[in-house]
Amino acid sequence: MQTFTTLRAVAAPLDRANVDTDQILPARFLKKPRSAGYGGFLFHDERLRRADFPLDQPAFRGAAILVADRNFGCGSSREGAVYGLLDGGIRCVIAASFGDIFATNAAKNGLLTITLPEAEVGRLRDRLRAAPGAMLIVDLPAQTITDPDGRIIRFEIDAFRKRCLIEGLDDIDLTLECIDAMAAFEERAAREQPWRLPAPEPRED
Amino acid sequence: MSRGPRTLFDKVWDTHIVTTRQDGQALLAIDRHLLHEGSFHAFAMLDQAGRRVRRPDLTFAVADHYVPTRAQSAAVPDPEIAGMVSLLADNAARHGVRHFGLGDAAQGIVHVIAPEQGLTLPGLTVVCGDSHTSTHGAFGALGFGIGATEVAHVLATQALWQRRPRSMLVHIGGTLGPYVSAKDVILAIIARIGAGGAIGHVLEYSGSAIRSLSMEGRMTICNMSIEAGARAGMIMPDETTFAWIEGRPRAPKGERLARAIAAWRALPTDAGARFDREVELDAVAIAPSVTWGTSPETAVPVTASVPDPANEADPQRATQMRAMLDYMGLVPGTPLEAIGIDRVFIGSCTNSRIEDLRSAAAVLRGRRAVVAGLVIPGSTPVRRQAEREGLDQIFRAAGLEFGEAGCSMCVGINGDLVSPGERCASTTNRNFRGRQGPNARTHLMSPAMAAAAAVTGRLTDVRRLGKG
Repeated sequence: MQTFTTLRAVAAPLDRANVDTDQILPARFLKKPRSAGYGGFLFHDERLRRADFPLDQPAFRGAAILVADRNFGCGSSREGAVYGLLDGGIRCVIAASFGDIFATNAAKNGLLTITLPEAEVGRLRDRLRAAPGAMLIVDLPAQTITDPDGRIIRFEIDAFRKRCLIEGLDDIDLTLECIDAMAAFEERAAREQPWRLPAPEPRED
Repeated sequence: MSRGPRTLFDKVWDTHIVTTRQDGQALLAIDRHLLHEGSFHAFAMLDQAGRRVRRPDLTFAVADHYVPTRAQSAAVPDPEIAGMVSLLADNAARHGVRHFGLGDAAQGIVHVIAPEQGLTLPGLTVVCGDSHTSTHGAFGALGFGIGATEVAHVLATQALWQRRPRSMLVHIGGTLGPYVSAKDVILAIIARIGAGGAIGHVLEYSGSAIRSLSMEGRMTICNMSIEAGARAGMIMPDETTFAWIEGRPRAPKGERLARAIAAWRALPTDAGARFDREVELDAVAIAPSVTWGTSPETAVPVTASVPDPANEADPQRATQMRAMLDYMGLVPGTPLEAIGIDRVFIGSCTNSRIEDLRSAAAVLRGRRAVVAGLVIPGSTPVRRQAEREGLDQIFRAAGLEFGEAGCSMCVGINGDLVSPGERCASTTNRNFRGRQGPNARTHLMSPAMAAAAAVTGRLTDVRRLGKG
């Protein structure tokens, strides 16, 4: 996965709350292999509907940061939504809150999600609309955003999520280091709570 | 690990911790891993790293999202869609995973068939690359949806690193009125706490209105926990749960079942256990509901009118309401019951179980639908049961199409779509923009309400229509 440290990029405001993953990546494109590239499907139907979709405005061309509202990425667990954002050039989404599954998928793929208070993301969006094409600087190690006026906004992030993003860790390798503990746990569970295992499939007559 | 009084969630969580990392994340053992066609990304990741499925005996694959639901024997016209169904079969076969494919007598929607087969049990952890995995919480299991990278992680390890979520109790006292169903209850809950109101939380539903629900109703409630943003939703197991489980093909039997039930009786939340947040609703105040917007949080009683953004104090929210009304093609102040519909869809992992089909059929018996409609059972066993009860005849006599099991028009990726601009009365879980097809307009409601809408061609208070 791509690692993330710092980013200085154009930021686009997206005013809607509850931007669900169906909007971000319509379901009919989910059967495409990852190698096909998902960037062309990003907000596919919304962009057809709205000529004024922010990412299609000349001023926001090349935007790598989205500033959204509350509950961004709610709904379906489809990781394709994260592939679409990344392949579409987005490396960071700032919002008042995120769907839990989306935020996890993002972290696993090198897309940084930053949660800020609703009033703060509202101010940021107002600022970006007032100066289309303005840049934000995101510094993950320092956990800061610098807005177009040079104002510094601190953000919180889970320490492990931060480390995975900076180092690009594959956590299956980390887990496999615990596999002996896992096997012992399973052996004990099977002995003490045998009903936890599925009963054998009944034979058909 | 918490001591003292614990919640149902605490108990399930605590008994699945394999180890805890210094940063507080727990490695959680997974009892059931359910897969559908969307798992192809995860299998590709596994193959690329040269890894194998660690516990194929705890992994179950189901063809549901891409299967044809109008006539499964017919060839799938789109080779890409057909390819998704066969790719799952290939991946399952290569890794020795039990596959419920087309033609299997137990095939159906993953969240319908896992309970039906007795794979979902109280106290288990259940994950699936599908957000509606919260359904399994109806049994007192901890079920939650994950993305492709986490699916690959579970395939390779049968475990997941998770940070302990917060807990929220949703208590619903009182008795539900006539024609007020589990769907109306969960829509009322989502309207109350908001589509993101339960982010980071596991919900527990309690109270007399929940206790009186069948397992089907409880599954409908837990299924839509994710629409409030919750990580999972849970209901304590009781006699209703145990009776439902007994005799299911993969459930414990005999002495093993007796031991299991004894253990399951210890799962309910202890008196005095604390939740991070508590919300209370009165069952009596819940009416048959429909959504007017493009988020499930826009559920209102069917007797209401389309809200007016001019009455919304927050300008940001007023703008968002206008965008939703524009997409939905609705005018503020219109009584909901005056809104005409173009079609109905009865199905999905929310409302496709036998009880759902019975309640729709009770409204449709002896009546004709004035719009097109599709009724899709959640599984082949549900379909067979409906046929035994003659429900298929009622749907067909009403002019609706009765199809075969799958996700169908809830997500539309098998090709069953609502046409652009069409308005659909739907028993599904999401009224998102484009969810049922590009520019499709979805109103969420219960099976009985969808049946009533089919009969009148408008959003309709089923209480007025009655049983006929």
